Amino acid sequence: MATMYQYDQYDQQMVDARVAEFRDQVDRRLSGELTEEQFTPLRLMNGLYLQLHAYMLRVAVPYGTLSSQQMRMLAEIARKYDKGYGHFTTRQNIQYNWIQLKDAPDILDDLATVEMHAIQTSGNCIRNISSDQYAGVAADEVCDPRPYAELLRQWSSFHPEFSFLPRKFKIAVIASPGDRAAMRLHDIGIEMVRSEAGELGAKFFAGGGMGRTPMIAPCVREFVPVDELVSYSEAILRVYNRWGRRDNKYKARIKILVHETGADEFRRQVEEEYERMQPLDLDPPRAELERIEAFFAPPAYERLEDGYDTDDPDFRLWAQANVTAHKVPGYAAAAISLKPVGGIPGDASAEQMDIVADLAQRYSLDEVRVTHAQNLILPNVKQADLHALWQELEAAGLGTPNLDLASDIIACPGLDYCSLANARSIPVAQKLSQRLSGRERDLGELKIKISGCINACGHHHAGHIGILGVDRKGVENYQLLLGGSGAEDVSLAKITGPGFDEDGVVDAVETVTNLYLEQREEGERFVDTYRRLGMAPFKEALYG
Amino acid sequence: MIILTGNDLETGDVVWWTGSGWSRRVADAAFVEPGEGPEQAAGIMHREMTSRAVNGAYEVDAEDGEQGPVPSHIKERMRAAGPSVRPDLGVQAEG
Repeated sequence: MATMYQYDQYDQQMVDARVAEFRDQVDRRLSGELTEEQFTPLRLMNGLYLQLHAYMLRVAVPYGTLSSQQMRMLAEIARKYDKGYGHFTTRQNIQYNWIQLKDAPDILDDLATVEMHAIQTSGNCIRNISSDQYAGVAADEVCDPRPYAELLRQWSSFHPEFSFLPRKFKIAVIASPGDRAAMRLHDIGIEMVRSEAGELGAKFFAGGGMGRTPMIAPCVREFVPVDELVSYSEAILRVYNRWGRRDNKYKARIKILVHETGADEFRRQVEEEYERMQPLDLDPPRAELERIEAFFAPPAYERLEDGYDTDDPDFRLWAQANVTAHKVPGYAAAAISLKPVGGIPGDASAEQMDIVADLAQRYSLDEVRVTHAQNLILPNVKQADLHALWQELEAAGLGTPNLDLASDIIACPGLDYCSLANARSIPVAQKLSQRLSGRERDLGELKIKISGCINACGHHHAGHIGILGVDRKGVENYQLLLGGSGAEDVSLAKITGPGFDEDGVVDAVETVTNLYLEQREEGERFVDTYRRLGMAPFKEALYG
Repeated sequence: MIILTGNDLETGDVVWWTGSGWSRRVADAAFVEPGEGPEQAAGIMHREMTSRAVNGAYEVDAEDGEQGPVPSHIKERMRAAGPSVRPDLGVQAEG
């Protein structure tokens, strides 16, 4: 059984009751008892959007953790109710693009049988809580962050006070100095830390985000004791709920409040609220936290030695790029790239999902993780099994050796699927991966991120190279940005200058990477060279 | 010139007003006049949404092409055809 939270009777009852409620709401909409105006907020609360081509259902994958049984169900839904595939998103969720309204309650019923749902994947509420895809196995973590993400998931699910926030609200929880979850680009970012005395607690950041006004979250408190995570989160949410703007949706996110209030004053208000809340005793008893923590106890690892054979050159290539160190000797975390060269970032067919489920069961102690970079991870693979795993991935078209390289591109669905988009993202990603994949090992770590509109679902602000699609008088146009990062060296990318057409932006990316290859110093990644040189030489290369 | 579009309530399919009903093919679309009258854009949309024949109807600018109306904006052309990166899906896949 996977190391993950298991529903108790209350969790299951809540989810089952919500499915029954939504089934009734769908029936009433189809019979005309509810107007679309009345029905829209109800379907959005259940993750059902009306997108460019059809209804789209966004299913929550809490902190990106899935069991093989759950992955099989995601495959089954793709096959039975959609067109045979799903799309893994930058919030570690999965979306289905071709859902029929009449089927939505049945899908939610099916999901509930494997302890999944689509609740709070839309709307102005606390969304799916994201985390480090290597949680529980990362060599650099102080603890597994998932019990605390789970605690906050339970606290935030159906929280009546926070069901109608000024705007959507995103939380990430990590437990490493290395940030693999873009933590400081969240409304609340939580880094689990240990105090000098060795006590577990959390460093809280608030007011980060991307979208049309990108902000890096400042720290609001250096250390919150582990058993006060809920009350401190609640204090932040209360200040936001009280003062966040509701008159202008473009200024409604907490990042605007923190920015306009000033981090010091915002912090003062949070601390004041936190103090006021102490007598309310909102935090769960220690026993409840221990109950949750017990679900994430390390699985029964075997005693193994580190090391495996990499004589096969193709396997070596994959292992170098896609295999990450594990904190237990003899094990590794293996990344399954959903970025085949020229493919659609984040898409997986039902057959591929079934294969991943099978591989997780046989090779990874039943666990799969979804990454915010739209890939999958098998977190618990014996190093001795890596070659056999790779061979099976290769056979399924899942063995692309490109993690964190130029062709491992984040791209939002863009104008191919999204009604908010101004330009297509996927074709640009496809062309770029074809253009750059041949020399991506020479280019080294290079994070390219593409959004089809200012909402920034493709995280273009956090790309070493970011691309933003815009509508220029009805024609797709692409702005190029440089120097962003969502990692521990967090920074916001800057626009180079006038935009390009689709082919032009592909050429432009090649131009800036050429300059990097000419100018880099020993050990520098693209973003390091950019930071050392500044924008000027890149602008010169692009615009003369 | 204006054509009308929306989604089928039950399936979510993109549909276009033909003058007598709704079709999944934009080439079947009929140009309509703006206005509130029963056979003008706003009147048709109100009637059709009230009867749940269509969901979320709105007007789209279009030109008269060789095969019938062609939406002016790329977003509506994408809705009419299907995703450009998956030519095997959507109306475009049906020939």
